[in-house]
Amino acid sequence: MIEESYLPLLAWMVSLLAVPAILLMRRSPNVREGTTFVAAFVKFALVLAMLPAVMAGGVLRFSFGEILPGIPLEFRVDGLGMLFALVASSLWILTTLYSVGYMRGLKEHDQTRFFACFAVSISATIGVAFAGNLFTLYLFYEMLSLSTYPLVTHHGDKEARSGGRTYLSHLLGTSVAFVLPAMIYCWVKSGGDMSFTDGGFLAGKIGPGDGLIVLLAFTLGFAKSGLMPFHSWLPNAMVAPTPVSALLHAVAVVKVGVFCILRVFTGVFGIDTLKDLDITTAVTYIAGFTVITSSLIALTQDNLKRRLAFSTIGQLAYIILGVSLLSAHGITGSAMHIAMHAFGKITLFFCAGAIFMATGKKYVSQMVGIGRQMPVTMTAFLLGSLSIIGLPPFGGAWSKWYLFLGALDAGQLMIAAILIISSLLNIAYLLPVAVNALFRQPPGGSDDIAAVGIREAPAACVIPLSITAVAGFILFLFPDLVFDLAQLLISNG
Amino acid sequence: MTEHYPVVILMAPLFGALLATLLGRGRQVACWWTALIALGISALFAVGNICAVLASGEGELRYRMGGWHESSGYEVGIELRVDMLAALVVAAVTLVGFVNTIFAKTRVTGEMREKVSFYYALNQLLIVGLCGIVMTNDAFNLYVLIEITSLTSYALIAMGNRRAALSSFNYIIMGTIGASFYLLGVGYLYIKTGTLNIDDIRGVLQSGNLWGHASITIAFILIMLGVWIKMALFPLHGWLPNAYCYAPSAVSSFMAPLMTKVMVYVMLRVMLWLFGSEYVYSSGHVWGELIIWMSIIAIVAGSFLALARTDIKKMLTYLIVAEVGYMVGGAWLVNGAGLAGSMYHIFSDAAMTFCLFLAASIVILRTGDHRLTAFNGLFRRMPLTMIGFTVGALSMIGLPPTCGFFSKWYLISGGIEAGHWAYVAALLFSSLVNAVIFFRIFERAYFGNLKGVADEQFPDDRDSAPPLTLERVPCSMLIPLFLAVMAVLLVGIYNNTLVSWLKAAMPPL
Repeated sequence: MIEESYLPLLAWMVSLLAVPAILLMRRSPNVREGTTFVAAFVKFALVLAMLPAVMAGGVLRFSFGEILPGIPLEFRVDGLGMLFALVASSLWILTTLYSVGYMRGLKEHDQTRFFACFAVSISATIGVAFAGNLFTLYLFYEMLSLSTYPLVTHHGDKEARSGGRTYLSHLLGTSVAFVLPAMIYCWVKSGGDMSFTDGGFLAGKIGPGDGLIVLLAFTLGFAKSGLMPFHSWLPNAMVAPTPVSALLHAVAVVKVGVFCILRVFTGVFGIDTLKDLDITTAVTYIAGFTVITSSLIALTQDNLKRRLAFSTIGQLAYIILGVSLLSAHGITGSAMHIAMHAFGKITLFFCAGAIFMATGKKYVSQMVGIGRQMPVTMTAFLLGSLSIIGLPPFGGAWSKWYLFLGALDAGQLMIAAILIISSLLNIAYLLPVAVNALFRQPPGGSDDIAAVGIREAPAACVIPLSITAVAGFILFLFPDLVFDLAQLLISNG
Repeated sequence: MTEHYPVVILMAPLFGALLATLLGRGRQVACWWTALIALGISALFAVGNICAVLASGEGELRYRMGGWHESSGYEVGIELRVDMLAALVVAAVTLVGFVNTIFAKTRVTGEMREKVSFYYALNQLLIVGLCGIVMTNDAFNLYVLIEITSLTSYALIAMGNRRAALSSFNYIIMGTIGASFYLLGVGYLYIKTGTLNIDDIRGVLQSGNLWGHASITIAFILIMLGVWIKMALFPLHGWLPNAYCYAPSAVSSFMAPLMTKVMVYVMLRVMLWLFGSEYVYSSGHVWGELIIWMSIIAIVAGSFLALARTDIKKMLTYLIVAEVGYMVGGAWLVNGAGLAGSMYHIFSDAAMTFCLFLAASIVILRTGDHRLTAFNGLFRRMPLTMIGFTVGALSMIGLPPTCGFFSKWYLISGGIEAGHWAYVAALLFSSLVNAVIFFRIFERAYFGNLKGVADEQFPDDRDSAPPLTLERVPCSMLIPLFLAVMAVLLVGIYNNTLVSWLKAAMPPL
């Protein structure tokens, strides 16, 4: 049931249209940020407007016309795209509020550039979410790499420059070296059709040998997913201001990576074809290795943002692990984890930024006892950690539950073991941060704290992180929306 | 009237050149207007020409110069033949010539002083030569026109700075060798076939079944060598970097996008129309595989050499060497996608090279520095120029929706169809090297001075500082740059139409 509609176009374009307004209003910051807010709310509303049609099993389509022979530039909104767009556009509103507090609180330079690039990045993210074929997906994938570069290197110092260099060389390099040839190979093989269809457009047109190479080229080429060995851009991108790390490097950019891989599995090959070809074991192993290794590295990181980055790498690998098992439960779990992890991880990053703002502390070892000074922030950090670990009553429990079921369905006990070990490692590297902050005495003794009293970050920062922390709990109670959208992926496939 | 379009395209700049010479020194503005109007007419008719070809049933226009009619089955006089490919290349040449003349206005007065009128005259003659090369259907006439473009370009290059004279001399030697090779080859063909008309030569080769003769093989090899020297295929590229680098900027921004591309067109014309694809691609010859490997070496070597340069223009010229490899390789993959990619890249490379050379000229003019250090901090100081440069650079790297992406798309799909993985790898390698080259520049332009940054203290908020000081670049330079940017994007977005037209012009493989 495909329906022509302008809504996908509008939803994609709103944030782009805001860019000229943001640039023009650079003299009056309040109007400038007001524009961003309006764009964010309108975008979310437009995405929501498409929800009923998608929930009814429909697909909304908008085409710009054919760009390459047989390949239009087109948007197609289905369950998976909807899920991702909802997460990204709703969190953009909160991140904007947080950015205002953060950027003004720290008196950052070049705020106009920051907000403009942010808006372009969100457009690119929505473009990826709605992409109707591989070419459109690639176009917006590259657009996202380029538009986030100025954000990563925002500080303009030596560290930012080297972080930016790693960022682009990894993301652009892999996409040109691996994804581009794989995509053109698919185009040649499929006879000029690249639309994501339910059964995959390569179904029956590719053998196991070249299938494996193409699959690996896509999986490694979409390096935004942070899969090892092309993961090191992510910890290095932590030099960016915290709102960027929060929305882009915990939600938008990295999820675009896994989203693309999910699309390759379901829309390019098709789950059934992959089962027949039996080529996903390699991906499973790479993802499994990434899960464990990144968790171990996270244990050793003292810089909080870097620790969170390695945690993200591990959590993203869950998603790829889940889909590579090719079982219905695994895929549901993967799609759900995109949303669940997003709310958990963005809370943690918001907290890391709030701590930096209030105390100037970046390292975990400095944060002992800090909870007395920042009770709200550290409580939110605890809730976010629990959601990431996957304990009830938080949203993360559901996705991990389905991932675990998926591993059992596929008969992969080793994978189930990896999931359990990794959850234990999550506890080891996340919980101590919150627990030490909340329940231990600060090194200077209690007098120190009494003198300081409660001193949180500005309200513009504390409100968003409280909302996302609570959202993790709400998603546990009402996971239906996320679950239903994830199910659409299965029922169609 | 439409049948006379091809001649008008040639005549307008020819008379414009005469007029510019007659006007002579001291009337710079009048010379500029002459050139602008002549090339404007030419460009207008070139666009009309495309429509005429589209409208014609056979997909080609033929025009007998001087009204000479064929006798006993052979063409006696010079014939012009314009198919879709030729019409598009002519349009590209005249449009770039027109836009570059706008660009040249302020630049030329500074660089050439009393030679301005000669510049306009020679530049128009060069365009006459290039358009003639593209449209003529006579193998010997093609040689004459190649010589016309060569002679004018020697003179134009020599107008540059002190090192230009030597590089121009170097170019004369190499260019003359190339042209002589070509002429020798045509001589062999004339002896064997008794005609100089390109279609007739192919007809005689076919009907007389002369393909097996050693002299035809020698003719083919000689002509190819000549053409490769003129198009600077590695390792025959030695003359190009210095010639384009030390030439006046208004000259290099015209020659860099077009000269090599027109020679690629000549190569395709010789391969597909003079000898015919049955002969050139027949499995009896070893050269197909060999030439693809030569193109791979050209791509890799060109990229490496470009990476090692610190001079802006010289770096860009080595990129041209790599791009020539793209087109030569694509033409020898023996499939529709590769050939279409090769033809499409003529336009796409012309657009992006034009864009980059214009931007680079502006940067060199404003900063007075011809090395990469000129770019330090330019995103803030010259945002408009840098936007133009960025679009050109992204196209070189091959990111959608710029035209560079689509030419890579067709060429790579041709490589995959032919199963030639080394060629595919070379294209990807060159993309990656281009990414390194250009992001190195972006980094400078974005962060400013590499050494100074560590100590630089940022003011609290630069947004409240006075708005970006608009670069003091005259509109006559910025408008051409933005027209080039439009070309990069439009050639990219309308690649589908362009390629379908080109495929219609292709003889069956």
